[in-house]
Amino acid sequence: MKFLPVSENDRAEMLRAIGAPSVEALFASIPEPVRREPVLPDPLSEIEIRRLMGSLAAKNANARDSAFFLGAGLYNHYVSAIADQMLYRAEWLTSYTPYQPEVSQGTLQSIFEFQTHICLLTGLDVANASLYEGASALVEALLMAERVVRGRRRAVLSRSIHPEYRETVRTYFANLGLEIVEVPLSPAGTTDAAALEAAVDDATFAVAVQSPNFYGMVEDWAAGSSAARRRGALSVAVVAEAASLALLVPPGAGGADIACGEAQSLGVPMHNGGPILGFLSCRAEHQRQIPGRLAGQTHDAEGRRAFCLTLSTREQHIRREKATSNICTNQGLMALASNIHMSLLGKHGMREVALQSHAKAEYLKGEIAKRPGYRLPYPGPTFNEFLVEAPEPAAGLLARLAGRGILAGVPLSRFGGEENRFLVAVTEMNTREEMDRLAAALGEA
Amino acid sequence: MSVELEEKGASLGDRLHPEPRSEPLVFERSGEGKVGYSLPPLDVPAIVAIPQSLLRREIEGETEISEVEVARHFTRLSRLNFSIDQALYPLGSCTMKHNPRTNEEVARLPGFAAAHPLAPEEVSQGALELAWRLEQVLIELTGLSRVTLQPSAGAQGELAGILMIRAALARDGNPRRLVLIPDSAHGTNPASAHFAGYKVRELKSNARGTLDLHVLDEAMTEDVAALMLTVPNTLGIFENQILEVARVVHAKGGYLYCDGANFNSFVGVAKPGLMGIDVMHMNLHKTFSTPHGGGGPGSGPVAVTAKLAPYLPRPTVERRPDGTFALDYDRPDSIGRLRTFLGNYGMFVRALAYICAYGNRIGEVARGAVLNANYIRAGLTGVYHLKYDAPSMHEVVFSDKKQAESGIQAMDIAKRLMDYGFHPPTISFPLIVHGALMIEPTETEGKAGLDAFLSAMRAIAREAEEDPEIIRKAPHTTPVRRVDEVAAARNLVLRWRPGGAGGGAR
Repeated sequence: MKFLPVSENDRAEMLRAIGAPSVEALFASIPEPVRREPVLPDPLSEIEIRRLMGSLAAKNANARDSAFFLGAGLYNHYVSAIADQMLYRAEWLTSYTPYQPEVSQGTLQSIFEFQTHICLLTGLDVANASLYEGASALVEALLMAERVVRGRRRAVLSRSIHPEYRETVRTYFANLGLEIVEVPLSPAGTTDAAALEAAVDDATFAVAVQSPNFYGMVEDWAAGSSAARRRGALSVAVVAEAASLALLVPPGAGGADIACGEAQSLGVPMHNGGPILGFLSCRAEHQRQIPGRLAGQTHDAEGRRAFCLTLSTREQHIRREKATSNICTNQGLMALASNIHMSLLGKHGMREVALQSHAKAEYLKGEIAKRPGYRLPYPGPTFNEFLVEAPEPAAGLLARLAGRGILAGVPLSRFGGEENRFLVAVTEMNTREEMDRLAAALGEA
Repeated sequence: MSVELEEKGASLGDRLHPEPRSEPLVFERSGEGKVGYSLPPLDVPAIVAIPQSLLRREIEGETEISEVEVARHFTRLSRLNFSIDQALYPLGSCTMKHNPRTNEEVARLPGFAAAHPLAPEEVSQGALELAWRLEQVLIELTGLSRVTLQPSAGAQGELAGILMIRAALARDGNPRRLVLIPDSAHGTNPASAHFAGYKVRELKSNARGTLDLHVLDEAMTEDVAALMLTVPNTLGIFENQILEVARVVHAKGGYLYCDGANFNSFVGVAKPGLMGIDVMHMNLHKTFSTPHGGGGPGSGPVAVTAKLAPYLPRPTVERRPDGTFALDYDRPDSIGRLRTFLGNYGMFVRALAYICAYGNRIGEVARGAVLNANYIRAGLTGVYHLKYDAPSMHEVVFSDKKQAESGIQAMDIAKRLMDYGFHPPTISFPLIVHGALMIEPTETEGKAGLDAFLSAMRAIAREAEEDPEIIRKAPHTTPVRRVDEVAAARNLVLRWRPGGAGGGAR
């Protein structure tokens, strides 16, 4: 077995040193009745594993072999070769949480840099080392708000927020004695400002709005943050398409107290939905309630700059049931990839990616709107994703287009929404030729 | 750097490949006008159809840097890290074993890495089949009925498991109020129980280091939803009375939750389902060797009995009678979902590849891990104090008790080990061993590596008696000397700020 470096001879010597007659004897504390060998196939060689995985992978339409317009919280953006190839380095791939800073300065400094990028993009003071993904990041942001605004029980969530994020919040909140009030959308596809204002009361600890929202619409952070501030609640800005942060008013400037969501767009491949990359940032005054890992700057015994994990007294390994979260690890390797990607694109590249994605989406919108029977139900500003209404059920239409090599969008029926409607996402990866092909196919399909 | 190298009497090799000791922040390497990317020219009209009031100015402080500098920056940073591929990384409870590179390669196939979970099922059959196959092998290995792959990591798996127990009890009329957790448990256990709405009652371990059946018997009432038990526990000791424990818990209508963080010590040898365990999470990054990546991503599938299967997070992956695969969202009793999409799918690919490599010989993983841990134990017994001497499975917990007589603590021993070229063991955990040194060598270490580690540990024990100062001032050879963690918490600097050398948020 190639992953096992102990030879037969070594084993015999080791057993002698241990004073055990056999390896089996070391398992004596496991009761006989629970022992059982598994029924599994024979071991596979590397060649056979490649063959098996290759055959499974070949059955999946994907962004490399299709004209690709899927989004809904997971986007096909450009990732530099370096951002992936760097992850193969053993020092990144095969290390763990930097509990011992003297032999983990690489990981710690990278986390510190990642935290800085997220702060600059979101316009807030402090960011953590990353969280699992967007939906659980929203949960963590809401629970954090509840700790800051003590004694209140109600979170107000706009229905502009991704339905899987809201379902995740419901799952986590179910047994914590916390309520959720959902605010409907206006006919324009954005959060109904009057309904939002009315929903926020003195029992509200957080008001959460997403922009660009689930339907792609750009929302004004100010509506949520002013409603929150008037009642002493915290405003939570949810971002599921982080490429937008380079173009749109950042949460901090829009008055948000906490920003959270999904940063997969910034350097992480789609990975069929995971691993992706949750983020959370906040104003400095709330930093002691932030969940998850944090890297901080300090010095070593000789006075040189060094980094380490800090404020760990918030965390489960110290505080146990009183911890700010049950989270243990962050999303280390994905945060590294994102740090590399953001550093490469930098100030100008992130903006150019956002501008290209937006301009291309505007082009495709125009082309689709020209197709007979197709309409754009929400006319307001969008970033790079928009809602389309088809003259027939979208799931069947999209499956037919997939058969022709076009992954044209995500049907709302996957989320219990109107069956003729679907979301179309466009990024800098899409060409005009692909978009023309999609628009033409809608006329024919 | 050259001055330092000369002071240390640098060899020619050191001069050719000097070890970096520090690296500026990427923001400090930035310079106006430099570029690290290229994009195709825009092939549509350059329109911004968003009102000015909703647009931001440029991202002040963001980088301008070339690809070359980025490549060097992250390569240099990487060299400040210790990793499994260098040497033994005996971080107890974390299972730092070799990460097969085949798994990295196949996880990056476009059919997985460039796939989207909301693509039509008709064109995603391979992706669904892989998830279904992984569930089937985990069912076989656990002896339980169904598995959710959705949780992002072990801690989220714990929460999912306790939420399923709560849903089942609520369905029977009373969710109950308490969860019992031994004092040797991982901190995530009580935190997860708390976030599922339970009060935690801690159970004191017995002199063997395991659960005391009398303590359990007395604590186990009809107000207890579950016992969360780590098997084997964090001392590396198997709960040899597991069947009695299950009987006590079940007799009062409670559920037995197993923290499967240590499944690597008995995978392929014994089945949790036969032990009376109702729910168990597994850490794919531990038992099934998906890379730890400097702290994630993890993946924490949860296996459950048939009785708990209706409560699994949704969607589940189902095989239809015609052999095709589909997602099932229509699960009315489901606890809901813990995150977006299907979970950390890339980890599913790696874990299945790993399990396929072992196939029906996967018990070799456990046998190798247990052999190696016992070899470490035999080699250090008498040199370091062993508080609990019950048989060890995959890890062994010594303490600093002997060395403390010379004023040397576990932390000092950990730092000194770095000078000998090893990552330290886990220290200060489990909490029931004062000055704990929790050593987990894993099965992917050979005898030579283990012997080198034993020599280092013995040398440090000798130094503790003869030259404690060298330990107290360790490490001496790492990129930075001992890091001041107290100062970091006292004067919080959590980010770089434009125009300032590390001015932080206060």
